[in-house]
Amino acid sequence: MTRPPAPRTEAGPEPRTGAGTPAPGPAGPAAPSRTARPGPARPRPTRAAGRRGAPALLLAPFMVLFTACTLIPIGYAVHLSLYTERRSGLGFGGTVSVFTGLGNYTRALGDPAFREGFLSVAGYCLLYIPLMLGLSLLLALLLDSALARARRFFQLALFLPHAVPGIIAALIWMYLYTPGISPVVGALDTLGAQPDLLGNPLPAVVNIALWEWAGYNMVIFYAALQAIPREILEAARVDGAGPLRTAFSVKIPLIRASLTMVGLFTVIGSLQLFTEPMILHGAAPTVTSTWTPNMYAYSAAFDRNDYGLAAAASVLLALTAAALSYAITRGGRAGSSRRAKAGA
Amino acid sequence: MSILAPGRRTRPDHAPAAPAPVRRQPWSLSRAAVNGALVLATAYTLLPLGWLLSAAAKNTGDLLGGRGLSPERWHLGDNLHALATTGDGIYFRWYLNSLLYAGIGAVLCAFVCVCAGYAFHVYAFRGKEQLFGLVLLGVLVPTTALALPMYLLASQLHIVNTFWAVFIPSLVNPFGVYLARVFCAGYIPSEVLEAARVDGAGELRIFWSIGLRMVMPGFVTVFLFQFTAIWNNFFLPLVMLSDNRLFPVSLGLYAWNTQTTAFPEYYPLVVTGSLLAVVPLVVAFVALQRHWKAGLTAGSVK
Repeated sequence: MTRPPAPRTEAGPEPRTGAGTPAPGPAGPAAPSRTARPGPARPRPTRAAGRRGAPALLLAPFMVLFTACTLIPIGYAVHLSLYTERRSGLGFGGTVSVFTGLGNYTRALGDPAFREGFLSVAGYCLLYIPLMLGLSLLLALLLDSALARARRFFQLALFLPHAVPGIIAALIWMYLYTPGISPVVGALDTLGAQPDLLGNPLPAVVNIALWEWAGYNMVIFYAALQAIPREILEAARVDGAGPLRTAFSVKIPLIRASLTMVGLFTVIGSLQLFTEPMILHGAAPTVTSTWTPNMYAYSAAFDRNDYGLAAAASVLLALTAAALSYAITRGGRAGSSRRAKAGA
Repeated sequence: MSILAPGRRTRPDHAPAAPAPVRRQPWSLSRAAVNGALVLATAYTLLPLGWLLSAAAKNTGDLLGGRGLSPERWHLGDNLHALATTGDGIYFRWYLNSLLYAGIGAVLCAFVCVCAGYAFHVYAFRGKEQLFGLVLLGVLVPTTALALPMYLLASQLHIVNTFWAVFIPSLVNPFGVYLARVFCAGYIPSEVLEAARVDGAGELRIFWSIGLRMVMPGFVTVFLFQFTAIWNNFFLPLVMLSDNRLFPVSLGLYAWNTQTTAFPEYYPLVVTGSLLAVVPLVVAFVALQRHWKAGLTAGSVK
């Protein structure tokens, strides 16, 4: 730093009075302390300018990338979804773009394959989300209970599948489902069961997703449980609540924010379902190439070169995700404010 | 939906009055039940990884025959050799590509996110919360719904099937900006910045020499999450790349896997390649436990 030491001593204790709050609010710490400084020795116009320029400079890289890789693609997808490619003449003269309005949307919604894709994902959500939330919450509660041993080990061991890339998780489980390769199928065979693990795509995919994400979500819930003030739990115990009652009446309501967030990300993730069924598609004939809306969009774009239809399917998918996210956050917020009122 | 019974109070001030009914629990039994359940769940998460480990040591015949392992049937060395020689060692090229995409991409992404998160935390400017709201909306957009329009845009710009087509989109992570802002709020006291200003340091210098250093744990957290996300990404490279010399490991393994029905000798390659592709992430997660836990916790505070 090039400044002489004089201003340092002069203003030594000053910033503390200026930025009195240790955690600066959204207003930021800059403004109040600057006005509170008692008679600055010299006006520093360059610094004031720097304070206006610095945030812009720091935000610019992200905003440029965000615009290029999120906002523009969204706009472009909407634009594309309104056009369709028509072969001119006999198909020799290339293609021309024709505005079709909502034509691609009605085509996508009118296609049974697309609707079935949404149905598969709906079925997947109905099976997966309760299982996922239930399992990860149960594991977090078990880990949080005073009885659990070796917590660090269990946390790491349960989280580890998340370190496995989705495609490799899908490959591992595909092998574990395949008769002849799988020790699981072999073991079930010797027990007399003749399982057709690849013939039921829904549980097959749900199991892979559960394996990948249960531990991850468990760590989130466990961290939230650990943040509950101990005196609340102590009070519940003194009031005569057993572990089960404490879990259901105290712990779970208190980590509602985490439950909402995990639910939100789980729904967004579920709608994007692609990798796992894409891997199973090679091994299981029941998983068609349009088994999820995402796979539908992919096959529309790359098998049929129908970009307008693919864009319309993507936009519909994003709109569904937005609607569900909105519903979940509203539901979560309404629940917590209701609870706040009840507690007041 | 609330399970809290109305009127029921769980305030500590009741504590002295209540006679604290101590329940006798069958402690040993429930302790065994709790830990038994955790062991079962751990078996569910670890056994598939154990299978991968053992399968990587089998040759095609043993793998397809489902036979167990014994020392004379140990083929891990052969598999690694096959992995290094098939397609002129293309697998390790994929591996290197993945390290480049994920390593450089995650460093840059974390830096960009920390810059933005720091700006959101430190400065007051017009429309700040609206802009932050836009970034948060970006978290909710399904990334795979973006991949297709991104491919079409990239093809207009003639960068499809290049390094950049996969690399540039991987620099963006709106959730990273959110995390960085939370970390800045937790790690950078405003007094320090104010003291630096009084000392006459410029804003960018303060960010570079003080802010960035103080929020290093946040930087590492965003880096770790982005590294995992890029390493695991499958859809974007699948859409963007057709030249297999540019493939990341995930796409390469997918390509090999589609060949297994015709060429069973690819099975051990896929399995052994998968095992090697899992290693860096498992090592990173075991070594950096503190960071991913901090990241998950910061994300769940909201």
